[in-house]
Amino acid sequence: MSLIKMLPKNLFIALTLTICGPSFSQVNDKEILVGTVFPMTGGIATYGQESMNGINLALKKINHEGVKGHIIKLINEDNKSEAIETANAVRKLAHIDKVIAILGSVASSHTLAGAPIAQEAKVPLLTPASTNEEVTKKGDYIARTCFTDGFQGEVMAKFAKENLKKMKAAIIVEASSDYSKGLAKVFRESFTKMGGTVIAEEYSYQSGDTDFRTLLRKLSRSKPEVIFLPGYYEEAGLILNQARSMDITAPFLGTDGWDSPKLQEKAGEKGIVGNYMSSHFSAEDTDTLVSNFVKEYEAAYKQKPGAMAALGYDGIMVIADSLKRAKTLTRSDLQKAIVTTKNYKGITGNITLDKFRNAKKSAVVLETTPHGNEFKFKVSP
Amino acid sequence: MSGFFDYLIPLLSNVGIFIILALGLNLINGICGQFSLGHAGFWAVGAYAAGAYGLYFAPEIPNFINLFISCLVGMITSALFGLAIGIPCLRLRGDYLAIATLGFGEIIRIVIMNTDKLGGPRGMTNIPHWTNIFWVYAWVILFIFIIVNFLKGPHGRAMISVREDEIASESMGINTFKYKTMAVVIGAAMAGVAGALFAHGQQFLHPNNFTFMWSVIILLMIILGGLGSVTGAILGAIILTILPELLRFMGTTIAEWRMVIYSLLLIALMLWRPSGILGKREINLLGLFKKGKT
Amino acid sequence: MSQNFIYLCYDILQYLVNGLAQGSIYALVALGYTMVYGIIKLINFAHGEFYMIGAFIGLYLVSLKLPLYLVFPLAMISSGLIAVIVERLVYKPIRYAGKIPALITALGASLFFQFGGQLVIGADSKSFELPYQDKTYILGEVSVTSTQLIIMGVTFFLMLFLWWLVKHTKIGKAMRATSFNRDAAELMGINTDMIISFTFFLGASLAGAAGVLVGMYTNTVNPLMGMIPGLKAFIAAVLGGIGIIPGAVLGGLVLGVAENLVVGLWVSTYRDAVAFAILILILLFKPSGLLGRPTGEKV
Repeated sequence: MSLIKMLPKNLFIALTLTICGPSFSQVNDKEILVGTVFPMTGGIATYGQESMNGINLALKKINHEGVKGHIIKLINEDNKSEAIETANAVRKLAHIDKVIAILGSVASSHTLAGAPIAQEAKVPLLTPASTNEEVTKKGDYIARTCFTDGFQGEVMAKFAKENLKKMKAAIIVEASSDYSKGLAKVFRESFTKMGGTVIAEEYSYQSGDTDFRTLLRKLSRSKPEVIFLPGYYEEAGLILNQARSMDITAPFLGTDGWDSPKLQEKAGEKGIVGNYMSSHFSAEDTDTLVSNFVKEYEAAYKQKPGAMAALGYDGIMVIADSLKRAKTLTRSDLQKAIVTTKNYKGITGNITLDKFRNAKKSAVVLETTPHGNEFKFKVSP
Repeated sequence: MSGFFDYLIPLLSNVGIFIILALGLNLINGICGQFSLGHAGFWAVGAYAAGAYGLYFAPEIPNFINLFISCLVGMITSALFGLAIGIPCLRLRGDYLAIATLGFGEIIRIVIMNTDKLGGPRGMTNIPHWTNIFWVYAWVILFIFIIVNFLKGPHGRAMISVREDEIASESMGINTFKYKTMAVVIGAAMAGVAGALFAHGQQFLHPNNFTFMWSVIILLMIILGGLGSVTGAILGAIILTILPELLRFMGTTIAEWRMVIYSLLLIALMLWRPSGILGKREINLLGLFKKGKT
Repeated sequence: MSQNFIYLCYDILQYLVNGLAQGSIYALVALGYTMVYGIIKLINFAHGEFYMIGAFIGLYLVSLKLPLYLVFPLAMISSGLIAVIVERLVYKPIRYAGKIPALITALGASLFFQFGGQLVIGADSKSFELPYQDKTYILGEVSVTSTQLIIMGVTFFLMLFLWWLVKHTKIGKAMRATSFNRDAAELMGINTDMIISFTFFLGASLAGAAGVLVGMYTNTVNPLMGMIPGLKAFIAAVLGGIGIIPGAVLGGLVLGVAENLVVGLWVSTYRDAVAFAILILILLFKPSGLLGRPTGEKV
């Protein structure tokens, strides 16, 4: 319905080159426009869809109260799981829709493509889930509400050494992912610093691989006591499955890329047992804030929220909170408010942005079991 | 209204970049008849070479001179790759050549992915922003003139004869291998310039920007416009760069169908209009192409 | 030192076993490529998609708790029928338009199934539950799982069946005649349109079987899964000599083993690059493939 109504106007906007052409300020004065850029189609669409679920849940809450008498209206763009499309979408949101802020995206390589454009247009861009260190170095308008890869790698190295009391670790990386490579580097450094040894050879696989038997056979020769596997749930699940069926019993350690109910599905009953991962939040956290969120989410979407949903929820909440604190409803005042976010009580932990606009907040360590990930403990920075 | 232009001008720059890519591929596929599926590989080589120049070697001179040098770097590197790939592969015919070029395109991407100096899977960031719409279209116009004049000359005619019948033109004394290599090298050189303009426009390169899918999309551009037609290639590039952005304004449901629409478009074109919108004809604009028509 | 050497030998044997399992799957897909190419000289880019379709149909049938001996024939027949529909709707009208338009059409069909599949089934992968308990048999330090044995067994059986079909039946004779000279075959009263459709059916059903096998082997299926194995199978077909049935099998096995050796002894990063490099080398030095005889170009 709205499609047909929108068609002529938008065609007109897109096609006319007239200087005095169409007016873009036809939006309701009571609405604040916020753009989102998430992968709704393509390779990592599940992350985008889950993030948007969390965002929409939060939005209902925000608009129930209102922000300075306004309501937030989202303009959602799909980046098709591609970097170029992220840049195009950010450009459209910044210049055509004239949004006050942009929320997105998930994969760091996508956010990195959009960030310089947002910085140049001076639109605050807040990423809820891109953990790569580089992202927020693009300028003062780029911030994030999640922790960075460095922190996560350290948490897992410490966990392997102190909690599991393991001395010899092996690392399997996804060679086509910077996320995975970056985490592997941090883990290697911190684990050796703590006195453990990491097997020199780096075992690697490619995104989309499905048969890891030869790789795992090679790995089992070096007899590691613990295996660090920073990657995404898809391949990680299959690796767990195949490793256990080959009688590799050493625990695998993962990171937030594992955090999806799909991991259980891929790894199977036997493969999932006895592994650990770090993540942003646990649905089993006893904190009332978290359990309320889980209840609401389950009521709305009939499934348990994953980390992406929680991060998306917190991301839009931080924008709303910053809008409330901003002196005026302009991009520059909003930017000032976002970077001074302090002790915001989110469901993924207390969010405080440091001077590099990265969130300093807690990570959780979870144990993977067939029924879901069991909450072990929280690690504060 | 400045905001609208901030959106439109980069979009038009992208249109220009794709025009250059389509013109280059059209020379290889449409005019010389050598079916290549690895154009995104040449594009990637040019982009990364130019990006590396911008990041590591660029001296402190005015931007437009740097951009020019960068385009030359992209062009030459890409042309060398074209030569290195063309000489072995052009001994193959038709569908075999298609698969071999596809293979080369993928190998280039895998090698970039694993080269740390080029950013690897992190992508190449912080490339200086030198591209502007003026220089994009300066290159576009330059290439259009070169190609149009080239086609009118003896080399262009020889190239077309290779497309029409390789064995016959060989027996007429035309060195077909030379012309095939020439087409690939020039096409690659153009893709290299497009890559340089792209690198300095986006400021960020990632190996996954240059997948096989982009080779297909560029191919679709020239098929849509009409294989072998210069204006057809331009028209195809314009349509297929603007169309996805228009779909963006029509809501996500249509945008989700983009690749499905493209695939059906490919099939439908082949079934009903294999010669594309223009066939091998040209559109006469402002008498640009008039001179040669006698 | 010598201990390490023994380990290395065991490891290489293990890589060979893994490679043969992987290679069997490539071989099954490559057979379809090679038959279709043999008969209408078309590189059927969409062939990998029939493998994907077979895997999804297999997934669905297994989830219905059907026994495996029913899952395989049903998945094979359905992916074969889908291939015939595609052939009749798209490839047949374009058959005489030349090689390049046919190749582009095939590319379009392939993209249609990949992205259409993503929209209809969803982009994320689905898990394939094994209908039986996977057992591991250990010989020395080399292990073979029952799934690997099933893969090799089914592949071997299907190849024997195909060989019998092509060499010892009337329809096989008609296929060979059509491949040799379509016009002459037509004049001899062979319904070549029917034979071409049948070839598509046969090729796609083998790919469908490979899809079910790979689903069982890796426990995962997704709409884009056909793309890379499709290309690999094409490489296998060219490696063995395109158009030659034993060549496709040989090429598939060689490629599967080579890939596993690359991963085992070197790095997985260059696995795909090595496969493409094999393709380019074979095209340059022996374009007719390992088992092929060179042919001259005719006017």
